[in-house]
This record gives sequence, C-alpha cells and structure tokens, in this order.
Amino acid sequence: MGSNMAEAHPVGFQWVMEAKANDATVIHIDPRFTRTSALSNLHVPLRGGTDIAFLGGVINYILSHELDFREYVLPYTNASFLVSENYQDTEDLDGLFSGYDEAKAAYDPATWLYEGTSGSASAGTDHHGDAKEASTSYQHGSGGPVVEGATEGIVVDPTLRHPRCVYQILKRHFARYTPEMVEAICGIPKERFLRICTAWTSNSGRDRTAALVYSVGWTQHSVGAQFIRAGSIIQLLLGNIGRPGGGIFALRGHASIQGSTDIPTLFNLLPGYLPMPTPAHSSLAAYIESIRGDKQKGFWRNADTYVVSLLKEYWGDAATKDNDFCFGYLPRINGDHGTYRTVMDMVDGKVFGYFLLGQNPAVGSAHGKLQRLGMANLDWLVVRDLTMIESATFWKDAPEIETGEIVPQQCRTEVFFFPAAAHVEKEGTFTQTQRMLQWREKAVEPAGDQRSELWFFYHLGRRIRQRLAASADERDRPLLDLAWDYEVHADEPSAEDVLRHINGHDLTTGQVVNGYLDLKADGTTSCGCWIYSGVYADGVNQAARRKSRFEQDLYAGEWGWVWPLNRRVLYNRASADADGKPWSDRKALVWWDAERGEWTGHDVPDFPKDKPPTYLPPQGAVGPDALHGDDPFIMQSDGKGWLFAPTGLADGPLPTHYEPHESPVRNLLYGQQGNPTRKVYGRSDNPSNPSPPELHSEVFPFVFTTARLTEHHTAGGMSRTLPYLSELQPELFVEVSPELAAQRGLQHLGWAHVITSRAAVEARVVVTDRMVPLRVQDRVVHQIWMPYHWGSVGLVQGDVVNDLFGVVVDPNVFIQESKVATCDIQPGRRPRGPKLLSYLADYRRRAEITIATGTQLATMGPAGITHTEPGRQSTEDSP
Amino acid sequence: MIGDHSLSGPLDDVAADAGHLAPPPRVGFFTDTSVCIGCKACEVACKEWNLVPEDGLNLLGMSFDNTGMLGANSWRHVAFIEQQVPLGNQDTGLAGLPTGPSGIEQMTDAISSTLRHAERGGGELGTTPLHVDSEPQSLGMPSFDRPGARTGAEDRTDFRWLMASDVCKHCTHAGCLDVCPTGALLRTEFGTVVVQQDICNGCGYCVSGCPYGVIDRRPHDGRAQKCTLCYDRLRDGLEPACAKACPTDSIQFGPLEELRAHAAQRVEQLHELGVTEARLYGHDPNDGVGGNGAFFLLLDEPEVYGLPPDPVVPTRDLPAMWKYAGIAASAFLAAAVAAFAGGGH
Repeated sequence: MGSNMAEAHPVGFQWVMEAKANDATVIHIDPRFTRTSALSNLHVPLRGGTDIAFLGGVINYILSHELDFREYVLPYTNASFLVSENYQDTEDLDGLFSGYDEAKAAYDPATWLYEGTSGSASAGTDHHGDAKEASTSYQHGSGGPVVEGATEGIVVDPTLRHPRCVYQILKRHFARYTPEMVEAICGIPKERFLRICTAWTSNSGRDRTAALVYSVGWTQHSVGAQFIRAGSIIQLLLGNIGRPGGGIFALRGHASIQGSTDIPTLFNLLPGYLPMPTPAHSSLAAYIESIRGDKQKGFWRNADTYVVSLLKEYWGDAATKDNDFCFGYLPRINGDHGTYRTVMDMVDGKVFGYFLLGQNPAVGSAHGKLQRLGMANLDWLVVRDLTMIESATFWKDAPEIETGEIVPQQCRTEVFFFPAAAHVEKEGTFTQTQRMLQWREKAVEPAGDQRSELWFFYHLGRRIRQRLAASADERDRPLLDLAWDYEVHADEPSAEDVLRHINGHDLTTGQVVNGYLDLKADGTTSCGCWIYSGVYADGVNQAARRKSRFEQDLYAGEWGWVWPLNRRVLYNRASADADGKPWSDRKALVWWDAERGEWTGHDVPDFPKDKPPTYLPPQGAVGPDALHGDDPFIMQSDGKGWLFAPTGLADGPLPTHYEPHESPVRNLLYGQQGNPTRKVYGRSDNPSNPSPPELHSEVFPFVFTTARLTEHHTAGGMSRTLPYLSELQPELFVEVSPELAAQRGLQHLGWAHVITSRAAVEARVVVTDRMVPLRVQDRVVHQIWMPYHWGSVGLVQGDVVNDLFGVVVDPNVFIQESKVATCDIQPGRRPRGPKLLSYLADYRRRAEITIATGTQLATMGPAGITHTEPGRQSTEDSP
Repeated sequence: MIGDHSLSGPLDDVAADAGHLAPPPRVGFFTDTSVCIGCKACEVACKEWNLVPEDGLNLLGMSFDNTGMLGANSWRHVAFIEQQVPLGNQDTGLAGLPTGPSGIEQMTDAISSTLRHAERGGGELGTTPLHVDSEPQSLGMPSFDRPGARTGAEDRTDFRWLMASDVCKHCTHAGCLDVCPTGALLRTEFGTVVVQQDICNGCGYCVSGCPYGVIDRRPHDGRAQKCTLCYDRLRDGLEPACAKACPTDSIQFGPLEELRAHAAQRVEQLHELGVTEARLYGHDPNDGVGGNGAFFLLLDEPEVYGLPPDPVVPTRDLPAMWKYAGIAASAFLAAAVAAFAGGGH
C-alpha cells in the first residue's frame, strides 16, 4: 500500500516474486494500476489519501469478528492497559481528541495517558504549541517517547472488557469504519474490501505471517505518520510484528536514506534519534532527563551513555565531566527549521546562504516555484552534485524567467557548483531499508575536480578551523575544540576510520567497542552513533562482509551488518510465545533455551540474552532491568507494542481518517474535515485549492497524484543526463482514464495541461485502462497521475510537476503532502509567459482563493480561526 | 565441415555441426515473462556493456514502451501490452467501478497513426529516431486486439498488462547466418550466433533472412547488428549483461538443456497456481528453426507479444528448392535439346 515496489524498488521486488512463486498472495492497493499491480494477484484501486479509512475498516473487521491473535496481543501489546478517565475520543468530539486547542491548532496530550502514568516533558518543552513547531514527535525515532511510571505497573484488564482499556477504546474508535463506509470513502466495492480482510487475517497467526510494504505513497501526506500507525495496529493485532515473514517494510526513497535519518540530515535530530536540544536544556543533566524517565523500562533509559559518548566523539579531549562534556556547544533549536520553513524564510529574506548536497529542490520538492524563488533570493548557494542540475541553473533557465519573476541580470544569488564523486568513485556505506549497512569499495578514481562528500566536509572544517585559529571569540570555541581527528590518506579522509569513530572506542584502551551496551556515561567511551555501535566489532568492518547466501542460513547474518547489533528482525522476542516457545515450527526464529538459560535461534535475539520468559523484575528496577520476560518491545518505555499511543504523536493517539488538505469531498466520518493539527503556511505565494466545507472545490474537481518511473531517478539529475535512461522515458506525460479523456476531450499522445492554484504544467496525454474512475459518496471521482522527473536541463526536458503542489505538512514529521492534491485538466498546451500568470489568477479568482483558504483547521462548527502566516491579512488575495 | 551442415530439423550439437571440436554445452536464455516487471534494466545493461548507441528520444505512446522493437541499436526490447483480457490468477479490481468503454482502441489508433506518418513507416523503431511531423489523430485504424478480444460491452471489466523482454533467438538453424555471403555471421562454440563487425559488408541479406525480424543494419555504416549473447563475457566465464542485471530472474542464462528442463517445471508450477495460459515459445527442436537458443515463457499466443506464431528459417526449403531447380534445369535442358533436335531439319 502506498508503494510502487516493482518500479521504485525493482531489486527488492525480486523477493516478492520469490514469495509469489512460493504461493504467497500479493495484494497491491494503490490509486493506479502500476508495474507492481501487473505482478500482483489482486489490485485494488482506491482514492488517494483515504488509506486510514481503508485500514480502519480492516481494524474494525478484525475486532468485530474477534480475529486478533489473542495469545500475542494480550502479553505483547498494550491492549489491556487502561487509559485515563479524562480521555475523550473522536467518537465523542466529532473527529477531535481531547486536548485540542483551536488557536494553536495543536493538542495537549495530557489526557491520552495510561491511568496512573505521566508523560515526559517532550524534548524539553511543556508547551504543546511550541513542541509542534519543532516536530518533536519525530525526535523519539527508534525508541518512542517516555511513559513515566511504566515500571510501577500500569492498571490492566486482562479480560479486555473494561470500557477504558485500549482494546475497547480501539473497538469503539473504529466501529464506524464499516465496509459500507470504506466503499463510500475509498471507492473500493464492499466485496473486494472483505476479500482483502479475509486474505490478511487468514494469512496471519501461529503458522502464517503477512508482511506490509509502504513507501512515500504513505509518508507524503498531511496524516502520513498515522497511515503507518494504522498499518502497525493491524500488524500487531494479527501478531505480525517481530516474526519471520511479518513486519512493516518502510521502503526508503534513495540509496541510504535510512542512513541519513540514522545519522541525520534533519534539523531536529542528533545521531541515533537523540533529540536536538532546545534553549530550555540549560545543562546536560536537564537534557538527559528530558529524554528518559526515572520509572521507565527499556534501553532508552541508558540515553546518558549514548549522549556522553557522542559528545566525546565530537569534542574529544576537550569534552570533560567538568564542562558537561561540551554539551553547551551543541546548537539549539527553538522552532520549525524544516526545509519548507527555511525556503519561505529565504523568500522573506531571512536566510542568506544554503548548501545543497545531492538534492534538487527546484524539481524534486513540493512547490518547485517557491523553492526557486527562495534560492533566487540568497547571497550564496553551494550545490554539490554529479551534474549541473536545475537548482544550480535556475537563475538562467527557471520557468520564472519566461514569466518575468526571475531576471537573470538581477538575480542576486551567487551559485558555487562543486562536482561530486559518484558512489563508485568513493568508499563508504549505504544503509538500506532493512537497517543494513553495506560497505562499498571505490571502483574508479573520481575524474577532474569531483570529490567525495567526506573530502568536502573534512577540508571545509579544516579550513574554517584554520581561519579561526587565532579567534578569541567564545562562539568559535565549538568549532575549534572539535576533535576533527580522522585518518587521511593523501588528502582523502578514510571512510573506514570514520566508520570506526561511528562505532565508538573505549578511550581507556583505545580499542573499538563491540556494541552500545559497552558505552558509558563517564566520558571513558566515545561513539558517533549509538545504534551503529558494533558495526566495527572486534576491529572488523562488519558492513564489508560478503558471504554468499548460498553458504549460510536463510537469515544470512554474515552479509553486511544490521543495526542494532546485527539483529535482522526487530523485536524478535515476539517470534516466540509468552513461554518462550516458537509459535510454530514453521515460524520459529528466536526461542528460550531453558537448558542453557538463554535466548537462541536463527537471528540475534533482540532481548536481554539471559532473561527468562517468566522473569519479573524486583521492585524499583528501571530501564532494561525493569523489562519483564514477556516485554518484547525493548525500546518502548513500557515494553509493549502500542495499539494506542499515549504519547509521542501530535495528531492523536489513534489514527483517524481525515480528508487530504485538498479534497473534492467532505469527510463522511466526522465534522472534522482534515487533520486538525497539520501545519499550514497561509501566505500569498502558497495558495491552497478549496476543500469542503469551503466553497468552489468544483473548480479543481480531480484528484492528483504523482510517483516515479523505474527509468528515471527522482528529480532526474542522475537520469535525464544519460541517453540510455532518457530514451526509455523521453517525455513528461500525464495518465488519464478513458472516461476522463472522453469527458475532457483528451487525445492519446496529444497535449494537455494540469492546473492547480499554484501552477499549470503541460504534458503529453497517455489514455490508459490502467487509470480508473471511482465511485465516492455517490459521485464519480477521477484521478490523474504524473511522473515528476522532468525539469529545464538535461537531454530530455519538461515542466516541473512538483510546481503543482503547495506546502502543507504532517505535524509529526514535517513531511509535505505531495502525494495527493486536487486539480483541473484541460486539453492543449498551457499559456506561456505573463499569460500563464493571469491564467492561474483567473482560476484562483473563480475559486475565490485567499491566503486563508485551507487554513481553517477545525471545521466542526461555523467559520472559526484561520491560520495564516503572522502579519498577513486573512482576506489578502493570492497574487 | 560445410558438407554436413544441416539446414533444418532438430540438431543435438549445434556447435559441433558448425565445425567446433569438443565445444562447451550450448547456452542460451530462458525469459520467463510471468515475472518480468518491465524495469528495462536488460535494455540498459545491454547497451552499457556492448556500447550500443541511443536510438532516439521518442515518446511512442505504446504503453511504457519507448523502444518499439528490436533493431540495430536495441538488442533487448521490453514489450508492454495493455489488453482487455483477464490474466489467470489475477483480479485487476475493475469490477463494480463506474467504468466506461476501454481506451485501448484510442491508444492503438494513435500509435498506428504515428507510425504511418513516420518516414520508414515505423521501421525506424529500435534503430533510429522517429520523425513525425503531424499531430496524432484518430484514423480509425484497426486495433492490435485479437479478434474476439472485444467484449462489446460498454463497461470495461477485464484488463491485463503483459511485459516481456525480447531478444535475438540464436536459432538452431539461423537464417541470418545461413544467407550471409561474407562469413561475417558465425556460430560460436557456445552455439550462439554472432556478427563480426570487421567482416560484415552491409549487404543486408541477413535482415530478410531472419524469420523474427531481429537483425537490422545501423543507418550510418550499414553494418548488421544484433545480440551477441555477450560473446566476450561468455569467453570470460560471465553471464550476459542483461541476465546479470535482471532483478527478478525473468531472464535466466545457462546451458540450454538445463533451461529447458527448468522451463517445463515452471510452466507446470504456473498451471498449478491457476495461470493456465502459461506456455513455452521457441523451446521445441522440431519447430521451423530447430528450436531457439533464447526461448520464452509467454502468457498468451506469441502474436500478442509481436512474435511470429510459426517461424521458419528461409533456408529450410533450400535443398528442396535446389532439387526443384535441378529438375527445372533438367527440363529446360531437355527442352533445349529437343528444340535443337526438333530443329535439325
């Protein structure tokens, strides 16, 4: 679901084909019939952005037929936990949870907690409105947020009958997600929906497991994090987590994007999902206390060892106990510094310089025009890429030059282009979807001035430190005190040495540590990323292992290295029953060996090795020691899988169907139309198409979605420059159903243009039976699809499809909603030059769009509060 | 060894027949189209390895196929076929949706119109860029659907999207090789058929000699080009580039005998899974070319994929033709003699 695996992840899809050859049923749920659908047993078209309505329907089916895997659900999830008396559900509040503040468009999650527990002060702030601004939800990363008091026992009802137990809350919350409702919202006929429910439930249990795959088709939504939560609930209810053949596969969008969240390129994270500190964190102790609880279970309790080891890695000998290990040197965040906020600040003249590394936002990011206008308003821009991409050449060839919005002679941005070494021209690791690090050797020397990222940053740091060497300014200390002590061969830093630093060292012996359990909080260990600790265990580059799968068992533990500690299946304690026995012979993975008194099996046990399944901790135990023998979810502060998330999400403890920011229809389930906490940016350069209950949604009557083609690579920098790839998909096209083609007079291979309030984009028409209209709430909804790889440079060129999207983001992770919007489509090419601007203005006039459009987040009552940018009038027209 | 070179029928050792002493086992491709995901990695890997040039940045509108067909500059070609036909063991989810008539006719009409307006009537595909001046228009051309494929119903309910990677068949009896007057085409020790570029004089006999329309001449120098089954890689003990790159093992490389055995099992397996339309193509040594070195598992008749249903090597009838020619010549001679005899007055 939300994944076109065969096209976007063809190499991984070989395993799906292998499973299919072993008689697995492959179901593809996606708005259009793709190359993935062509290889599936069942394709189910649904309306883009309605995934929670669908998944909620499955949850309701499971619960109302009591098809959950009870022997798994009862011990391993929080199904029996009681929730606070003050909790109110969307059932009570017409689509809102308790704690909503309309003025801030944010929740105070205090009422969502388990009875008798308290939440942590999330990332150092108690102000939920501010927390929303900093995307604090994401900072819990692999661990999950703290539930304080979990060690003291949470009130439970093992009969699952108490009206306030999670199981009953879940049942009540999803009761209205009936097959009829699924049909009316998603456009999936009831019989087909029930067929999927049967397939999913009958292929789960002791003997069988089902896997769920998603990609950016799920994440790029204003409710994206909750799509994944909904999938997680199903997989937990059916016992498909921590077991072989089960799980949730989050397919990442590029090589090593997993790596770039583990060792993050995100504004609010430090390596290993440690939160970026805020100004409230006046000391190291205060910071650590905000990450962990005194009465929590699990391995986040050891956060102090992770943090201190990281600081020791950054600042080496300069980091001492007396100076808080240089904690004060870490930058602080005090709000939204995400990519979209930054671009708007560039437009507004608040940002002066920008680094782009392997990213082409002029084509690849939502609202391409905003990206280009932002970059055209900088002092300097550094672009490191393989080729001259649009984000380096926008000042002379952006579409805005034709409309007069960018004038090359007046564009003030100075662009520095640095040619980058390609992946075969440098050594290092990729971390893929499975959290697997795979080492790659350098195959050829980079040509000309091409250099690795490592080279660039090492020498940039070296030169800046050289320049500042004589500085007495206190603010330069963090840079000057950096350890910056990597091995360098000729002038190239050694990637293996960097990996050793990431793995960590015992500073008393100088030896590498063998895993994060070796880390200490007293400054005697260093570690660049605690979850990667062990990748250099025993002084060996474990990521470089290449033992053939034909020479080892099914789990191929000696191929590469998987974090944490080479565990292939996370939370694999759950692959055995509460007594530690495999659920079945067929699905045995990890089990308790009573004779030897340890966990053993085909995988590295993801559990304290010698803790028996019946273990009960002594009074007062905390952290890993407080884990019971049947607490498989060792990173969670209560040791359980969360059906209900008492803390950690900005938009509610349970997934709830909200319509996309731009939708042609009213939310059938609640008065609340869209995600009430989504982040909107109401400003004249970021208009929204109206959605019900706003008027004039009929001006943009169709649902629009985008995706990739196998033949091209994201924003095209790596494919539109190559003849062998360009010839395979040489031109931008738009896919429409024959029904929509007939309605709008579109001819196969003729021209058409797609229009939103932001842009009009032209493309050749492909009329195909792979697109199909859906019946939604007694009306026919047409969906339009485009690939987004084209831009103004390269062997093949075309309009930038991402110009059609505006900026609205998920409140948890700040990912933009770029997989669904509304649009119009007309035959023929789009107007050009200034005529294009007046054409779009005319659309906005017809739809009566102002900067307030789409920014009234609470929609249960009459016109309420709109959330336009500060200092802007809500009645202000878009330009 | 020319003396006992056979021209048709089954042949146990094709390399020995061509004169190789103690050749290695014959190798080939088994392309299982039922797991092809249409990624075109085979096309790219082939071009990268063999330095085959780009052949035009044309949007063809033939579903996702912008290569068109095999040619001098496309030695692998992935066909994409959209049809109003159900596929065994697949539910496309169309039933019950508010559909109208299929758009496949519009697609095929637009393509045939484009091809008709092209300089070489579409013969450019796979070899050179296509130059089309006119805007596409519906000419009401007959569609590519097979007779009976149309249901006539207003609502479309059936659909399938077939993908298949086509390649030179490396025939047991290769028409191209048999008609080549210069010896540029040769049978390798692996039983494959390869053109030697330094010998080819560009006469083009091989182009008409191929019953599959595979081999083609490169426009700028006129020399014939086609898949070599990566002869250079084979000699280094490597598998061909396309098979190496194929992520789902749709393209399998190996000794032909093993591939044939495996293919037979695969058909059986698919039949058990409900894909009853699975069948092999080009595997039979008794067919018109003596069986292919590159054979296929298809999900419908070969015509659906643009493959000839009953290919015959043109030289199959050569002995018979010579025989008839001999008889005819004798008859002429007799007549001439008779004429002289008759005119001996």
